[in-house]
Amino acid sequence: MSQLILALRFFRRDLRSGELRLLVLALIIAVAAVSAVGFFTNRVEQAMTLQANQVLAADLVLSSNNPIPSAFEEQANTLGLDIAHTLSFPSVIVHQDQTQLVEIKAVSQNYPLRGDLRVRSFADANELTVKGPPGPGHIWGEARLMAALDLKPGAQVSLGEADFLLDKILSRDSALGNNFFRLGPEVLIALEDIPKTGLVTPASRVRHRLLIAGNQEQVKSFQGWATPRLTQGLRLEHLSNARPELRNALDRGSRFLGLAALVAVLVAGATVALSTRQFVERQSDTSAIMRCLGASQSLIFNVLLIRLLLLGLLASLLGIATGWLAQYFLAGLLSDWFGGELPPPSLWPLLMGLGTGFITLIGFTLPPALRLGAVPPLRVLRRDLDAPPISTWLLILLSIGAMALLMLVQAGDSTLAGWVLLGTLITVSLLLLTAWLLVHTLSPLRHHGGALWRQGLSGLARSPSMTALQLTGFGLGILALLLLSIIRMDLLSAWQKTIPDRAPNHFLINIQPTDVSNLRTFFIEQQIEQAGIYPMLRARLTHINDRPVSPDQYLDERAQRLVAREFNLSWADEMQDANKIVAGFWWSDQQRAQPLFSVEVDIANTLGIELGDQLAFDLAGVPILARVSSFRRVHWDSFQPNFFVIGTPGLLEQHPANFITSFYLPPGQESALASLVRQFPSITIIDVSAIMQQVREIMQRGSLAVEYVFLFTLAAGVLMLYAGIQASREHRRQEAIVLRTLGLQRKGLLTAAAIEFFTLGLLAGSLATLCANLTGWFIATEVFGFQFNLNPWTLLVGILGSGIAIGLAGILATWPLSIKPPLRMLQSG
Amino acid sequence: MITDHNPEQPVVKAQNVTKQLQGPGGTLTILETASLQLAEGEVTAILGASGSGKSTLLGLLAGLDEVTSGTIELFGQSLSGLTEDQRAALRAGKVGFVFQSFQLLPGMTALENVMLPLELAGIRKPAADAAHALKQVGLSERLHHYPGQLSGGEQQRVAIARAFASQPKVLFADEPTGSLDQATGSRIIDLLFEMREQTGAALLLVTHDERLAARCDHRLLIEKGRLEPLS
Repeated sequence: MSQLILALRFFRRDLRSGELRLLVLALIIAVAAVSAVGFFTNRVEQAMTLQANQVLAADLVLSSNNPIPSAFEEQANTLGLDIAHTLSFPSVIVHQDQTQLVEIKAVSQNYPLRGDLRVRSFADANELTVKGPPGPGHIWGEARLMAALDLKPGAQVSLGEADFLLDKILSRDSALGNNFFRLGPEVLIALEDIPKTGLVTPASRVRHRLLIAGNQEQVKSFQGWATPRLTQGLRLEHLSNARPELRNALDRGSRFLGLAALVAVLVAGATVALSTRQFVERQSDTSAIMRCLGASQSLIFNVLLIRLLLLGLLASLLGIATGWLAQYFLAGLLSDWFGGELPPPSLWPLLMGLGTGFITLIGFTLPPALRLGAVPPLRVLRRDLDAPPISTWLLILLSIGAMALLMLVQAGDSTLAGWVLLGTLITVSLLLLTAWLLVHTLSPLRHHGGALWRQGLSGLARSPSMTALQLTGFGLGILALLLLSIIRMDLLSAWQKTIPDRAPNHFLINIQPTDVSNLRTFFIEQQIEQAGIYPMLRARLTHINDRPVSPDQYLDERAQRLVAREFNLSWADEMQDANKIVAGFWWSDQQRAQPLFSVEVDIANTLGIELGDQLAFDLAGVPILARVSSFRRVHWDSFQPNFFVIGTPGLLEQHPANFITSFYLPPGQESALASLVRQFPSITIIDVSAIMQQVREIMQRGSLAVEYVFLFTLAAGVLMLYAGIQASREHRRQEAIVLRTLGLQRKGLLTAAAIEFFTLGLLAGSLATLCANLTGWFIATEVFGFQFNLNPWTLLVGILGSGIAIGLAGILATWPLSIKPPLRMLQSG
Repeated sequence: MITDHNPEQPVVKAQNVTKQLQGPGGTLTILETASLQLAEGEVTAILGASGSGKSTLLGLLAGLDEVTSGTIELFGQSLSGLTEDQRAALRAGKVGFVFQSFQLLPGMTALENVMLPLELAGIRKPAADAAHALKQVGLSERLHHYPGQLSGGEQQRVAIARAFASQPKVLFADEPTGSLDQATGSRIIDLLFEMREQTGAALLLVTHDERLAARCDHRLLIEKGRLEPLS
């Protein structure tokens, strides 16, 4: 109790005297950066998820070929969720004796629950966002329909027994992307018009959908309730089982933000490490006096620990509050992009903020604090006496441990955290080695050149540990800033380039082998680029090695689903461009006859498939057996036809197959689709331009979010710079007193400081630039799977910019020492 | 077992104390078979030139450092074999210090500096006692000033107030006037002796100032590590 009271008294004095100001400020910025990123990314991720839900037009969709049991709707109502209904079925639209197969979608008036509908009044008109679907008696159709029947808005069309006014061109229904197997262009009508068409009878093949949206918790609760009640033929769709292209875009967006936050943690750690030293130095004197006056080691340590914990709590709370305000401002800026207020954050960022504050503080201050208890009381008589140095290994271990823990939690991805941590460790090792070499090589150099040059260099050689600390602190800060710049500039643009402007926006499936050659000719005639025509066979995975495969062997929902359904297999001589071998080998010409499979790496991990395993598929009763020779990483967002499993031609080409291709159709050329349908009636066209637009928007908004997060890291970097300069303040103050007493003029003092800090900045910048580019390269290639291009700007800014910035900061920090009379500096202690 | 003070015993007793340090040129003997006794309420000065080992002896007698050989007893308790923490516990509340360089904590006000030993001794409301001690040294107007805002003489007065605040049995003073001009130094010494008389504490004073030493009950000279009575 008395220790607590004593600690509280000390803490009050700490706060008032301002001794802890730098440490508190460093922690506040650290926590603010992390929690601002945390709150912000949390909200943005939720918004992104919501936006991705637009593809479903809801948060959850229940679908069935029979009417959805009313219990589901009742439960949704009980939970206060919004619901909407849709009915989809293929039918024929008639206009002046011309007919066209269409996909009719009849929707309730509150459709869509997520996302929006966009229409055009005529072909070249601007796109308008509308609140709801067409009213009774009206119909909206896609541009493809208009082209097929040569229709213009205002035309009368018949659907079953009813007539409709086709008054708008449907340019975007965000849920289009989800409706993969559409037979014709979509038309949208009001649900209440269905009876008068007479098209839906109990025997009709109709897909019923119940759309559900609302509060995240309630949606989860509904999902939990509904999942065990799904009877045969009833499907529950949600984002996590939506298209892999979208999942991929979202995952990457989250990873970029995670990486940006990770970098903020790195700067925070460097800042706290730098500002701790000054605090600990001052505390050595206090400890010595306290020990003289009878305080035990444990009392000193306990009191210090309580003070640090109080400090951590206070700074963390202030940091969280600052982070909250900062993200609020940013969220306000971004909410417009997300079409409304961002969803509120969860509690997780708050806990992350508190955790960051404490872990950073304890990780970086505990080792030096442990020493304080052992400061010899004789220090009061002999200032040169200090506590026995703490084990360097303990120091390194604790700091790295703290860093690793923070990175892992922050990144939420062990590979990403691992690469950044490895980059950091290599940088720290290089910086420490350089500091050692610098101090040792400076000695001979100090005897050459002018007095100011000697003074500047001796500033670096005076205290090897201080030089090492400053070099490491500056280096880590610069590494973090450069890494984030590389992410911003290079990785984000590489990400956006994964969907080129002319990426395929239409897929063709059900291409018969007899149509392949004619289809190629058609594409050439129409001057349409296509991605290649690939064979496709549907088969069920039955065995991995000799072990039969069934959904109940897997806990993972995705794995269960994958095993339960048929896979699309293909065969090929050459690997597709959007694929990359990550393990094993692609077959050579000599091996094309051997039974080999190449498996997509994520699905292999999900299903527990190892390289060399023998997979058995059931292809319409025929067993297909082959060994896994390679794992491939597939860029799903390339919008090329891609396959989870590809076999050698020798293994699969003798089996009957359909073909698949994708192509880019520029806007305004929809008439080509009509010709395609007429020439190849059995081929199914799938329009993915809507989903592609969604992925592009996720990329753009994700990139924008990272840009903003960069500002926080920049602010943390500036403070880190200040902390680094302040770390040697006491040394410089004493030197300034002596030098100015001996007659050194202001200009001389400032020049010596500039030389000292410019050298430090140049060295720290060079090493950090090297390491940032290496880490960036690893992250690009290993984590995100992009090609890394070295940006020469990072070299210039990283090396020269660091030298100049740190040199200038040194001059600014020395300025007060150059104008204050030496006697006043002596008196002020 | 650390015993409490026994009035029959000397407050400080040193016998054949030797202190050696290992230096680059081999073993360096700083003190050689030094012996002394300090009785309750007694004032003893140790005189000697710079580097003669005065401060080393003071540090050893106060239990701030360990002897190479010989024995030291503080309040009748031998310091030999005691851990650093046990020696600190022996000093707590019973030993005061005044240093040449004041050793005030820069982040604390004058009042807080004086409160420190009282807080460590577990006194519940230390501010009143500390304010009283500062009033005694004539600094009642400077309670909330930081050391950097006080003159050298004022800082040493705060240090004296801190040394006497916990009513110590013995006070160790290391060149208390060493950083002060002559006039201020004299006033500080007057104050030190005055406070000592009020509290009845024993005082061991290390100085090279013979006029100051002349005011003490006993004078010892330390020269080349050897301690001799000064006639």
